[in-house]
Formats: sequence, C-alpha cells, structure tokens
Amino acid sequence: MREISAGLISETIARLCIEANIKLPEDIKCALECGENREEYPVAKEIISCIRENYSIAEGTNVPICQDTGMAIIFLELGQEVHITGGDLYTAINEGVRKGYGEGYLRKSVVRDPLRRVNTGDNTPAVIHTDIVPGDKLKITVAPKGFGSENMSKIAMLKPSDGEQGVKDFIVSAVEAAGPNPCPPIVIGVGIGGSFESCALMAKKALMRPVDESNPDPYYADMEKELLERINALGIGPQGFGGKTTALGLNIIAAPTHIAGLPAAVNISCHVTRHKTEVL
Amino acid sequence: MEKIRLNAPLSKEAAEKLRAGDTCLISGVIYTARDAAHKRLCELVEKGEALPFPIEDSVIYFVGPSPAKPGAVIGSAGPTTSYRMDAYSPILLRLGHRGMIGKGARSREVIEAMKENKAVYFGAIGGCGALLAKCIKKSEIIAYEDLGAEAIRRLEVEDFPVTVVIDTLGNNLYELRENVSSVR
Repeated sequence: MREISAGLISETIARLCIEANIKLPEDIKCALECGENREEYPVAKEIISCIRENYSIAEGTNVPICQDTGMAIIFLELGQEVHITGGDLYTAINEGVRKGYGEGYLRKSVVRDPLRRVNTGDNTPAVIHTDIVPGDKLKITVAPKGFGSENMSKIAMLKPSDGEQGVKDFIVSAVEAAGPNPCPPIVIGVGIGGSFESCALMAKKALMRPVDESNPDPYYADMEKELLERINALGIGPQGFGGKTTALGLNIIAAPTHIAGLPAAVNISCHVTRHKTEVL
Repeated sequence: MEKIRLNAPLSKEAAEKLRAGDTCLISGVIYTARDAAHKRLCELVEKGEALPFPIEDSVIYFVGPSPAKPGAVIGSAGPTTSYRMDAYSPILLRLGHRGMIGKGARSREVIEAMKENKAVYFGAIGGCGALLAKCIKKSEIIAYEDLGAEAIRRLEVEDFPVTVVIDTLGNNLYELRENVSSVR
C-alpha cells in the first residue's frame, strides 16, 4: 500500500482550483486563435479578440478568467493500492475547495439547498466523481463549471430506431436552442449510450478531453468532425452576434447500452472551459 | 465602428436614439443585481416599499462579481445569462428602469415591457470578466450583503463596452444576425 496524506490532497485541490480558474488550457487558447483568424465578420473577429485579451489579463494579473468560477467538479482516479491517511478523502477534497476558493478570491456560487437557496459561503460541497483503478497513484482533475452554459445542457432517452441521425439531430438542436445564452464559442461534451445517469456523466467527462484530440474510434471521430461543422454552420457565432465560430470543439464518449435504449446527453460549456489535472 | 458614449443613469431620450447593433461605452453609475436580488426587489415592489436605489432611469448590470483582491476595486465581473431575470425585469421596467446589461436571449414579455416603457437591453461579452472589470472604478455594496456575490452593488464605470441587443422598438440583434448568416 502506498500512503497519501489527506493534507496533501487538500493542498493539491486548493492549488488546482486557483490555477484552473486563472489560466485557460492551451488547446482552448489555440482554438480561439484559429477562430479569430477564420472569422471574416468584423463583429465576430472583435469579440474573439476581446476574449483572448481577457484570458491574457486574467493570467497576467491572477484574476479569474470569468466571474463564474463555477461549481468545483472533481474527477478522481484512485489507485486501489493507495491508502489515504490523516483524514477521509471527501472531507479533504472539500477542505481543499474551501481553501482554494477563499485564498484565490474565487466566487462562492453554491447554495446548500436547491429550493431554499442559502449560499454555503465557501463554494463547498464539490461534486466528486471517483473511479477506482489499478495502481498506487491518485489522479485529480479539478474542473470548475459555470452554470450559464450548464443550464443549456440536455439529455434525451432516444429510441434505438432514432439511430445515428436521431442522435446527431438532438445534439445540433440542443446547441441551436442554447443560442447566445451559454457564451459562445462553446465546447460541447456528448455522451451516447450507457444509462440515464452514466450518459450525463460521460458528456461531462468528454469536456475534459482537449478539443484538438479526437475520439480514438474513427467512427466517432468522423461524427465529431461532422457535428462540429454542422454546428459552426448554424451562424450563431461568438456571443450569438453571428459568425462561423459557434463551437471550439465537440467531444463524444460512447458506451454500451441496453437493447431498448439510446441515451444521448449534451453538456454545454463556454469558451472558458477549465480543467487542471495532477497525479499524486 | 464608431462607439456611442452614454451616461448612466440613462435618460429616456438617450435610450430612444439607440438601435440594435449599436456599440456603446457607458460611463456613470450602474447597479448590480442578479437572480436573488431581483427576487427581493420585486418583493419590495409588491409590498409597496422603497427600493434600495433610484429605479427611474437606472441601468442594472446582471453580474455577480468574484471577490476583490486586497487593493482591487472588484474581482472578475462579466455578465450573467439574462433570461433568469425575465420573470422580474418587467416589474422594474414599469417603474422606469431604463437599461439592462447581460447576455443571451430575453422573453417576449420582457421585450413588450421594454417597448412600452422605452428601455434598452445591452449585451456585454460573456466570459470577459477580467477585461470588463478594468472599466469599473468604484464598487460599493448598498443592499443584501448576506447574498454575497449576489448583493446589490453601486458601481461607477468608465467607458464600459456594450452592444445594444434589443432597442426601445423591440429590434433584436440575435434575430438580425440572420442577416449575417451569409458569412458562414
């Protein structure tokens, strides 16, 4: 058994919360640069230019890229040979979120109860997804998720007869319905298959893959490419003011499903799609 | 593109001159309010009680800023999605509330109330909170401190960049963009 202390986990989470909110991943930066170069419509070009200036200011002055510093979504890949010492894992994670959001001057955006709506004041609790994997490492990904885009996400329990076309049309219609609301240019995570809840989780996980990486299965890689082209032909454009850059990337994760089912989930994320990973 | 300079509070006359697609720079005093603050403001209106700031000609910015670092005026401060305020905005517009700054689509009810009361809906660039914060020169919480990021703040802004999305006639830039779809 390899030992990892709860304290180290808290420290790591705190640091990742701050870094993720201040520095945009390189793949998103590149996609924005490509978008700005490709746009011919001056309004669209200027908006992407502002977006790029914004992340430079954020990085240069250690200010969050966006005021919505999100709900802290945490993905763990916990090696089964790891023993956590000095406290329990989930308490350590929430302690890290509390510390990171406090010390990083990040916005506290979580309410204790969905209907009674009192802010918890420290952005806890985090949403934690844990996979137990072989080995003696702990891989931690912190993905602060803003809700302007989260609110535009959709899930559909399609029929097997809806097939590939049904899934594609559902994805494009979700983006079209979202229109200007989720701060386009957006990033789109898609889950296909699994069960109701796992499909939504796959869509979220798909957002963690860099936008310049394709699905390893050529069938889905082609579908990603085709859907991205269709979505960028909608004309929504940056901020919904028109243009070619409605989405920076679209990633699909597919999984086995039931003979009666064809679940499809679309998790929409804004141009500030943040995630930061560290392996302990 | 020539940018129109506007003062806040925003007069009805100035509002009526604006057209969807105009780009503007706002200077003056604006107030922040988002979901929870709008709910409280409308409860005050319903009870016939005074609002915490002068509503006539007011410009409200839909924002919940991140906390200011020591020495800073404010943290990151970009717009939040406006449709969540749709249930509340018409109530305030009937009292002379003149301008809203946010992002994203608005409901038919809001647009009708805007036309009736000569109000403007501006869009600021979503996800550009660090950039927009530079235009905020002063920030002071004036109500609902218990709401944290959602408290009402009085902001003094200089050359705050916005685009007219919906004008006093109900012209809507998001629908006009159909005209630019030839760019695709």
